[in-house]
Amino acid sequence: MAKKLIGAPVRRKEDRRMVRGLATYVDDIDLPGLHHVAILRSPFAHARIQGIDASEALAHPGVVDVVTGQDTEHIGSVPRATVIPEELHSPKTPVLAEGKARFVGEPVAVVVAETRAAARDALEGIDVDWEPLPVASDPEAALEDGAPIIHGSLDSNLAFTWKLEGGDVTWKEVSDRAERVIEQRIENRRLAPIAIEPRGVVARFDAGTEETTLWTSTQVPHFVRTFVAIQLGIPETKLRVIAPDVGGGFGSKLNIYREEGLCCFLARRTGKPVKWIENRIENVQATTHGRGQVGGIRIAVSGEGKILGIHCDIVHDLGAYHQLLTPAMPAITALMLSGAYAIPHVTVEVKGAFTNRMSTDAYRGAGRPEATFLVERAADLVALELDMDPVDVRRRNFPTEFPYQTATGLTYDSGDYVKALDKALEVGDYSGLRQMQKRARSDGRCVGIGISTYVEICGLGPSPAMPSGGFGWDSATVRVHPTGSVSVLTGISPHGQGQETSFAQIGAERLGLDLDQVAVFHGDTSAQPYGVGTFGSRGLAVGGTALWLALDKLIAKATRLAAALLEAEPDQVRFEEGTFHGPDGSVSWGDVAFAAHTAIKLPPGEEPGLQATAFFEPGNFTFPFGTHLCVVEVDAEIGTIEIQKYLAVDDCGKVVNPLLVDGQVHGGIAQGLGQALQEQVVYDDEGQLLTGTLMDYAVPKANQLPRFETVRTETPSPVNPMGVKGVGEAGTIGSTPALVNAVVDALAPLGVRHIDMPLTPERVWEAIQEAKGGPR
Amino acid sequence: MIPARFDYAAPDTIDEAIELLQRHGEDAKVLTGGHSLVPMMKLRLARPGMVIDLRKIGGLRDIRRANGTLEIGAAATHAQVMDSQDVRDACELLCETAGEIGDVQVRNAGTIGGSVVHADPAADWPAALLACGATMVLRGPGGERAVAAEDFFLGLMESAARPDEILTTIRVPASNGGGAYRKLAQSASGFALAGVAASVILDGGAIASARVGITGVSDRAYRPQAVETALAGCAPDEQAVADACQNATEGVEALADVHASARYRENLARVLTRRAVLAAAERARGSPA
Repeated sequence: MAKKLIGAPVRRKEDRRMVRGLATYVDDIDLPGLHHVAILRSPFAHARIQGIDASEALAHPGVVDVVTGQDTEHIGSVPRATVIPEELHSPKTPVLAEGKARFVGEPVAVVVAETRAAARDALEGIDVDWEPLPVASDPEAALEDGAPIIHGSLDSNLAFTWKLEGGDVTWKEVSDRAERVIEQRIENRRLAPIAIEPRGVVARFDAGTEETTLWTSTQVPHFVRTFVAIQLGIPETKLRVIAPDVGGGFGSKLNIYREEGLCCFLARRTGKPVKWIENRIENVQATTHGRGQVGGIRIAVSGEGKILGIHCDIVHDLGAYHQLLTPAMPAITALMLSGAYAIPHVTVEVKGAFTNRMSTDAYRGAGRPEATFLVERAADLVALELDMDPVDVRRRNFPTEFPYQTATGLTYDSGDYVKALDKALEVGDYSGLRQMQKRARSDGRCVGIGISTYVEICGLGPSPAMPSGGFGWDSATVRVHPTGSVSVLTGISPHGQGQETSFAQIGAERLGLDLDQVAVFHGDTSAQPYGVGTFGSRGLAVGGTALWLALDKLIAKATRLAAALLEAEPDQVRFEEGTFHGPDGSVSWGDVAFAAHTAIKLPPGEEPGLQATAFFEPGNFTFPFGTHLCVVEVDAEIGTIEIQKYLAVDDCGKVVNPLLVDGQVHGGIAQGLGQALQEQVVYDDEGQLLTGTLMDYAVPKANQLPRFETVRTETPSPVNPMGVKGVGEAGTIGSTPALVNAVVDALAPLGVRHIDMPLTPERVWEAIQEAKGGPR
Repeated sequence: MIPARFDYAAPDTIDEAIELLQRHGEDAKVLTGGHSLVPMMKLRLARPGMVIDLRKIGGLRDIRRANGTLEIGAAATHAQVMDSQDVRDACELLCETAGEIGDVQVRNAGTIGGSVVHADPAADWPAALLACGATMVLRGPGGERAVAAEDFFLGLMESAARPDEILTTIRVPASNGGGAYRKLAQSASGFALAGVAASVILDGGAIASARVGITGVSDRAYRPQAVETALAGCAPDEQAVADACQNATEGVEALADVHASARYRENLARVLTRRAVLAAAERARGSPA
């Protein structure tokens, strides 16, 4: 029997080193003569730099160099790569503040010293003459006339306005025809991604070869190489980027940061290898944030609960500068505003506002959680206004045929939304829950049931359709060694997703090998083919498909080589369970691998060796979907929420490893519930960060979360041969509306209609007081 | 996160530690669990030139009962208090409170004395120590003195301990009633948005007396006098106790910060006081008088 590995709950190969503390993160990289970098960051959200006196720092024992913005002005902008929206204002993002600082935490000067402690101590010897300026902190206020201008080259803080209008009918037509137009202002607050491993960089310059090696904690090592080379004006051949083990990213490491180019510059300038390791304070201040949207939504709805159109005005808090994909985030929100529904008309107008805050960018879900939250709250508002069951509203609006083209211009590849919904209702005993709720309400208890039926966009994506401007493909090389063992070199860059395991499963099953005979390598631009990276739930759907296609080529060649050994024609040879069967005998995988290298008996015209590479450009995105169901009880006296049940039915297409999928779903729900319940980055009006440590920024912890029940339906994608879709972000996307809908449902009898996240006890309590008619 | 440069000493006796404190004055800080001091040093919000670690001093983490009084060494960890049978027998409220502190790691390293002297306005211990009538025993150059809990917490991060004094022991009279701690934790830090400890003695079905300690609400933990007065002689039922707890923040200026408004903290104080008192009364009913 062949080992059935695809679909099997195989334990992670990575864990052998990870759980024993033997993984190698950037901070584990040690080099002879390594020096340390500490960064002086702006304490002001907006302030002019009148002068910097670094003499005391330079005199500090162990300090070899101090660098300020004047020394780095020649270095190009930190890269920004977006094509949507067009007509985008994109001022330079300098590696060190030039002339003024525009957010708390912006790098202003750096110290290079022999020890980390000396570098840190010397920061106190840098004297900056600051002239504080008026601050534009709130994004909506930043767009008002008279707001302080953040970039002097512009005449306002408006970076762009982008309008998307789609469907066969106009907003006027649908809103005229509608029984009601329901309105709600809905927020998605700023979040901090908080990967367990903060960012970190080691850079070494080899004066002999003039090569720079950059170790960095990133999701996109190949991008870093290309864009840092451009930024520094050096050939890509002189820059090698290595992403060693990376302890989480959640989109925050889908970027090119100031510290990367800066450390390359410092290594060359000082002649010393240098290391910078972000501390947690810096991580909250100066690693990209997520979300940061305020949306005013209008829903035109028929008397029967059919959604006729959606009109949405979004203000997106960009922060002070663009990072790699900053303006693309609200574009993804706009594209996904049809949700899981057949909505005849969608209008979205997005305004991007510069603010004196850290940049926002991708954070797990990247634009889709915002869209899903808007649409799923809208569906519940429709139910509330029309006195319908939220399940019926959803059922009435699902598209019935796939592929389905949305008013926003996307084509949903495949789906069976009714099936996932029904599964959730059945497994969760929805009708039983509603009866339980009825009893609880008659006892005066606030019990609520929340549903969210999400769809999301994964497998990013077809290059022409990428909001970032291309780079939608990925690559894989399969290299067979003479002994028959196999190296998979992938262009993606896993950082917790477990693709050293899932890709080995694919390779081993298709080649009929043991899992241990296939090893997966990633993250080194000198060792792997150029690839795009791991984000947007694309690792398996795009990188895995490239591997699949490379295996096709490899098996075809191996079959030709086997045929020569078996003295048969290739079409007479059958490859099964690691053995090539000919009409008069068989040869093993190992025999063929060795013969490919001895090259004694090659078919005419065949090259020696056994290796294949494939680049996969997807024809469409993939669109996973599902239904999340949440049951809560609210303690109305103090506003606390107890989650009594959390059920996730996710459909991510074909599943390669159910353990990995469950892990992704669990982590995703945890982060989604974190957003829904307690996480928020808070800046005050002066742009000071009030949630700058983990004593104030409420990352969800295991004891704050309920048990998750996970169930799947499986609807294959037609976009790739394995039928896979992606699951990295589903949990964060499906969960926030499920929780909030449940809480609002619990409080609906009191007259509560909407509460913005995070649903802290105080907010819930305030909503109850407001519904009751003011303070007691 | 690297603290500023400091010197470190780990003396063998309390007297040596006090001598070091005298010599270094305001520049010295005492270290036990380090769960408040070390993060502040890493943030460079605290920059002591001398850190005096009490870990080598014998007996400082012992817990014992003597003549009906419970004596808890100041360097006892929260987990030690939580798990101690002596504490459970004498004053179960303290075990319950210990279990509400931080998380497992914090409870295993953080100490009761360190927390008490730090006088964080949202720490859990002050509420419980007020409710159970504890006394802090301080040792200084002039010998020992005892300070009652209500005289100990003076303000925001301010206690009655002088710079040259070390808290050695916390004395708690054995309880002959019931106690309970009710808390709403701030979701990031685990500190109390509001925490209420109540210790109730019943007499013939009514509340004979109640001591209540409230933390997290004001710049220091306090006893709500109006509530305690109203509770004396009150029936331990929902409505009567609710009425008695209405003035839980009388005379107190409630804190407002990024985590909660003053209005919300006042509401928490009222509700949690009622719940703590009712739970304490319930336990008093079940405990052998």
